[in-house]
Amino acid sequence: MLERLRVQTLVNGEEIEFLCEPRQSLLEALRDILKLTGTKEGCNDGNCGACSVILNGRLVDSCLVLAAEVQGATVETVEGLAGPTGLHPLQQSFLEQAALQCGICTPGFLMAAKALLDREPHPSEARVRLWLAGNLCRCTGYDKIVRAVLDAADKMEVARP
Amino acid sequence: MTSVSGKGVQVVGTRPIRHDGMDKVTGRALYGADIQLPGLLYGKVLRSPHAHARIKSIDTSRAEALPGVRAIITAQDMPDITERIGELGETMYNLSYLKENVLASRKVLYKGHAVAAVAATSPHIAEEALALIRVEYEPLPPVMNVKEAMTKGAPLLHEDLVTDELGKNGTQPSNVAKHFRFQKGDVEKGFQQADVIVERELQTATVHQGYLEPQNATALWGADGNVTVWCSTQGAFMTREQVYQLLDLSEAKVKVVPMEIGGGFGGKISAYLEPVAALLSRKTGRPVKVVMSRSEVFEGTGPTPAAHIKVKMGANRAGRITGAEISLYYEAGAFPGSAVQAGAMCAFACYNLENAQVDGYDVVVNKPKSAAYRAPGATQAALAVETVIDELCERIGMDPLEFRLVNGVKEGDRRVDGPAYRRIGYLEVVKATREHPHYSAPLGGPNRGRGVATGFWFNAGGPSSCYLSVNADGTVGMVEGSTDIGGSRVAVAMQAAEVLGIPAEAVKPVVADTDSVGYTSVTGGSSVAFKTGLAAYEAAQDVKRQMVERAARIWEKPVEEVESANGVFHLKSDPELKMTFKDLAARLLTTGGPITGRASVNARGAGPGFAAHIVDVEVDPETGKTQVLRYTTVQDVGRAIHPSYVEGQMQGGAAQGVGWALNEEYVYNKQGDMTNSTFLDYRMPTSLDLPMIDTVIVEVPNPTHPYGVRGVGEVPIVPPPAAIANAIYGAIGIRMTTLPMSPGKVLEALQAKGKRQR
Repeated sequence: MLERLRVQTLVNGEEIEFLCEPRQSLLEALRDILKLTGTKEGCNDGNCGACSVILNGRLVDSCLVLAAEVQGATVETVEGLAGPTGLHPLQQSFLEQAALQCGICTPGFLMAAKALLDREPHPSEARVRLWLAGNLCRCTGYDKIVRAVLDAADKMEVARP
Repeated sequence: MTSVSGKGVQVVGTRPIRHDGMDKVTGRALYGADIQLPGLLYGKVLRSPHAHARIKSIDTSRAEALPGVRAIITAQDMPDITERIGELGETMYNLSYLKENVLASRKVLYKGHAVAAVAATSPHIAEEALALIRVEYEPLPPVMNVKEAMTKGAPLLHEDLVTDELGKNGTQPSNVAKHFRFQKGDVEKGFQQADVIVERELQTATVHQGYLEPQNATALWGADGNVTVWCSTQGAFMTREQVYQLLDLSEAKVKVVPMEIGGGFGGKISAYLEPVAALLSRKTGRPVKVVMSRSEVFEGTGPTPAAHIKVKMGANRAGRITGAEISLYYEAGAFPGSAVQAGAMCAFACYNLENAQVDGYDVVVNKPKSAAYRAPGATQAALAVETVIDELCERIGMDPLEFRLVNGVKEGDRRVDGPAYRRIGYLEVVKATREHPHYSAPLGGPNRGRGVATGFWFNAGGPSSCYLSVNADGTVGMVEGSTDIGGSRVAVAMQAAEVLGIPAEAVKPVVADTDSVGYTSVTGGSSVAFKTGLAAYEAAQDVKRQMVERAARIWEKPVEEVESANGVFHLKSDPELKMTFKDLAARLLTTGGPITGRASVNARGAGPGFAAHIVDVEVDPETGKTQVLRYTTVQDVGRAIHPSYVEGQMQGGAAQGVGWALNEEYVYNKQGDMTNSTFLDYRMPTSLDLPMIDTVIVEVPNPTHPYGVRGVGEVPIVPPPAAIANAIYGAIGIRMTTLPMSPGKVLEALQAKGKRQR
């Protein structure tokens, strides 16, 4: 048995401590140790974006980050997107615009889109397409996903004081 | 979005939020790999590094000694089974081939062919153990395409395989499993009547379904001999059938729990990991989860056949096709059974031909066993037929959509393989395409071209079951057996809601395991909204009948006195005396007990689906890269139950077709190794590669379904490669005949054209 590392981190606003092997990725830690299975594995080599999470405010593929690297970091996953008052506007728009079919890529798209809207509240269609190009979807042809992100940006603009 | 919509319905045609949506946007939906069980072990599969080799020995002793390893299996652990042919959704399967594909015993037939599997306490340990298994191989020369495979003296994949040559078995072993033919009229006479004849040879590449969720299976073989399998499957009952047969168990010993499925497109019908996980569980007494890596998905699961196609078509000056023939050589992969049969039926299905001949060849090569992929077989054939038609139109100076109106099929016409059409919407689709502003819009720049192409898919029905139970608050629980890949829960629930006169949201659908719902055939063939929709419709009628009876009992009137419309029950003699569905639901328990409805159907008469696509491209003469500028899909869906998910199918199919046309291919080296088995190198379209995809829903109702549903999912992948090839011709004046039309190939073609012109 390999020696395990103790990692303290903030996941979706909650202080969390876990033990992991040095070789385990953040994706494995989230899914297998913390049981946060909303983050998906599509390729495990950083090419599909299904495992997208926000690490210290930056969008990353969690399969390319070692679990031990998140010591002292802030991690946001799809499970933290909805608040006690309801869904995030992105989640609501994805539902209304039918922006998911099988749904396996959806958590990754939601986190990628959130990272975009966090820094650019009014992206153009071209910006959305560029930003989401690291996330593969095989079902939708992206049309409804792009529309949902633009729609969520509009909703958030209206809601802003 | 444009829609020619139906009337007289309240729920059908609206766009409610899907019932499973909340779980899927919050990360709560449980897909196969998400399952966690007490004592869970992790399995990994050892795969062949050779494309073709004899297995001489397998030594697992060092791997077994690794701490954390709990069990290792090889083909020797699989029971002996008797030969059997079964139906596998849209293709057939031979049980002994399936067994050999799950774990190879004598020979490996492609790089990635499974030879052993390990269960260990962590996936990392299982992976380490794989490296300790010693397999001694005797490498054999591989055959990597139909030309090689059909060459005299070619290495044989199966020494016992003989050709089924037009129904007669050959005498010599061969890599050609089957040659069949469909004929109509006299094709030679047809060519004699032609003013113009175009003859072409084309080649398509091996491409993958590319679902984002890798195959996975978790199994628990209980001490009582009952086996539970949790997995990602397009059909739980089909998986059960394969598992119990491969493990030589009785049917009822196996329960399959379909988890949420992360895409399938035909690729999640055949069993790969389920029997492996079950055998590992039997050996360890613990649940075992096996999840494929992305490279395993590419190298170990079914791609769609690469095809070599020869096509010849003739037309007269009036634009009438006088004769047409096509030979389709499809790569079955390691075992017989490509989709060439379906491809052959689809090839000329859009056209009413007097003289035609279709030849199909099913050829084994050292690649993974091919599987269904969205309208299996049809896209390859459409590339050939639809580009040659474009060329015919050019030669006789006729608009390609006008040509299709002259030759297109309508009710009563017969396909080359025999069946006559009932009411279909091909001509309506072509007309709607011609009227779309896209078709006449200016191209707006140099190196741009516009292409059109059409396509056909049968659509399918089959057995399906549905249970409904009325709750006291007026909602209705719904249990169905159709795996929901793209929003079918909502489309099925809406049909029950329509019958009962309640909102779609008031029906609560659940996809159940094989112990909990009646037999339901696979989510494939574009069948679910049709067949399970019909089951839900019938089950709702069952509920409605009982609700009417209950109202009659409450009012103490004969049943004939009670009428029901739009969710309100009232008395014929006294229309003021009425109860809503909700009012009545609240009284059920005190007036005779709960009400449940059920239906099991074998849905026949699926309505064929036709599509036409318009695409504008721009070809960069410096790099050869083709950019899709504008895309419009037009399709007869019969009736769009939930238009958003219908549009989604049309857009998604078009996007997959764009990838097939422009980028996607299995790249092999001389040894037969796939060299691009990652998403970085196997280049599927991203959001940057595509524009918005416009959809035009045409509704020519299918007369055999109560709401007119035909089926939607598959035909949208059929026209894109041909439409794009035609558009590229418009842009640069070159007829591309090889897929993918990648930048390199287009650049080479441009350079060759430049040389010819100098």
